[in-house]
Amino acid sequence: MRSLTLESAIEKPAGKLGRLLPRLHVKAFTGGIIVLAFIMIGILGPWFAPHDPNKQELTAMLKAPQGVGSAHLLGTDNLGRDILSRVIHGSRVSLLVAFAVVFVSGFIGITLGAISGYFGGKVDFLIQKLVEVVWAFPPLLLGITIMAFLGQGLFNLILALVAQRWIPYCRIVRGQTLSLRTRDFVTAAQCLGAGNRQIITRHIIPNLIQTSLVVGTFAMASSIIAEASLSFLGVGVPPEIPTWGTMLADARIYISTAWWLPLFPGLCIFVTVLGINLLGDALRDLLDPRLKRTGSGI
Amino acid sequence: MTGYFVQRLAGTLPVLLLISLLVFFLIHAAPGDPTLLLLGEETNAADVARAKERWGLDQPLHIQYLKFLQSVASGDFGKSFKYAEPVTRVIKTRLPATIELAIFAIIIATLLAIPLGVWAGARPNSWIDNLGTTFGLFGISMPSFWLAIMLILLLAGVLNVLPTSGRSTYGIAGPEQTGFYILDSILQKNWAAVGDAMTHILMPALALGVNMLGILMRVTRSSILEVMNEDYVRTARAKGLQENKVVWRHVSSNALIPVITVVGLELGTLLSGSIIVETVFAWPGSGSLLITALNARDYPLVTGLVMTYTMAFVAINLIIDGLYALVDPRIRY
Repeated sequence: MRSLTLESAIEKPAGKLGRLLPRLHVKAFTGGIIVLAFIMIGILGPWFAPHDPNKQELTAMLKAPQGVGSAHLLGTDNLGRDILSRVIHGSRVSLLVAFAVVFVSGFIGITLGAISGYFGGKVDFLIQKLVEVVWAFPPLLLGITIMAFLGQGLFNLILALVAQRWIPYCRIVRGQTLSLRTRDFVTAAQCLGAGNRQIITRHIIPNLIQTSLVVGTFAMASSIIAEASLSFLGVGVPPEIPTWGTMLADARIYISTAWWLPLFPGLCIFVTVLGINLLGDALRDLLDPRLKRTGSGI
Repeated sequence: MTGYFVQRLAGTLPVLLLISLLVFFLIHAAPGDPTLLLLGEETNAADVARAKERWGLDQPLHIQYLKFLQSVASGDFGKSFKYAEPVTRVIKTRLPATIELAIFAIIIATLLAIPLGVWAGARPNSWIDNLGTTFGLFGISMPSFWLAIMLILLLAGVLNVLPTSGRSTYGIAGPEQTGFYILDSILQKNWAAVGDAMTHILMPALALGVNMLGILMRVTRSSILEVMNEDYVRTARAKGLQENKVVWRHVSSNALIPVITVVGLELGTLLSGSIIVETVFAWPGSGSLLITALNARDYPLVTGLVMTYTMAFVAINLIIDGLYALVDPRIRY
């Protein structure tokens, strides 16, 4: 049983902050290191990947990982391609897709959300109807349908993922704009003769950056998983581009014989997403604790 | 309140109509010809033309869409190209498998997540909290299909304790009544079949439920943390109630309201997750059917499935709103 004393009541606020800070640091640090490593490997990877990711070595098929110093550190796949090199190249696609999806959907979502919240009326109604229609699709299903229409491809994949991911930005930004609109600094700007466009870009949007950053980290995590899922189902990037999702799809038949085929690409997805989520958690606690209630962010 | 729901229901109709339009045209405009995919590349032109005529593919797209709407209005989605049966019947045979899987995933997720979340939230920064928080973070970061593959690798491959695919071992289950294997077997008192179906559903349900588990755990924890600071909790403690009773009776009952919403919201993700998890486990549900239908460009079946999923998603959201009002008397529509 916990005793309720005067000291514990007084200590509480200071104690809470004291307890929060180290935890925040550990989260931010771990997440930051993982994300930084992900970005660096994604950008610089091709220069230190030991092999060509698509080079088939038919004499070295399905080689198990043999440790440091061997020709294939993480083994080879069913066509004798080096797993380590493929995993490194795969990070490029994930990195590219994740950043592209986050920025494009962020741009669309923030713009539409700000317009919707600022102007209200008919514009708001139309944008919110669009949100309702797109949001009525179960996630992934819209992606699959769009990919079936557009066909496999990196650019198409980004498009298919953006199709639904601008919505969280739009919803949160609209809500915040609704309250920002009535604030004194907006009225002041209006009185000084600023136009609507100037008010939105100069006064409203800068106030939305922090929240959008938090939404963005979680959108990044979800788009990495979605990219891998679609590629795994065979409707993502074309098979000649090595990605973590296509590697997992190729590995399925060899589950019982070659454990290293599914292990490494999946581990990469998991660790990367974990790092982004850690960073997102830390960012959210720091910038916008109100978002906490949604659990995953988005 | 009834009025509110009638209004909401009416509001979803135009949304569903727009979605049907979108899906119909996206699927029909997608590259790939269903006649060639189903009859084979070397079929002669006359047969192709005959198939096209039979499936109504020779008519302009807008006429096809109007015909589709006509059949929807009479409670049907047309006839599947691949299975040569009404789409609703094909979906009906597959749907119980998906629902059964989803229910088990939810059961596993809630049974693990809520106690863990309550425990972690009631003792912030203890070892149990750290364990729970890490667990929750792992849960939301885990790609379900990778977990599925790793489970097969470990539990079926190395340890050889669970079957890798399908819903039951051939010949054990009795005749189908409801389509829900576990329910059917219980009704028939066929306990061997119940056990068999359980071993088959365990891995896919765990893989499907892992993200929900993580999210639920995190929401429960933060919700408990919030309620722990309320005045009535202090009152309960002040009157000398055991900490356990305070947590489970006074805190949890109030903290679990937001958790219901999250279960509802996550059901949509669960539906999409089932598409990919079913594919990994060769689970004969509607998710794996969608991928088969899509690859065969079976237009009516794809459209029917997407519409079924979407309607389920919209219906779930409506039900959750209703449940919310039921649990929290302050909410009135």
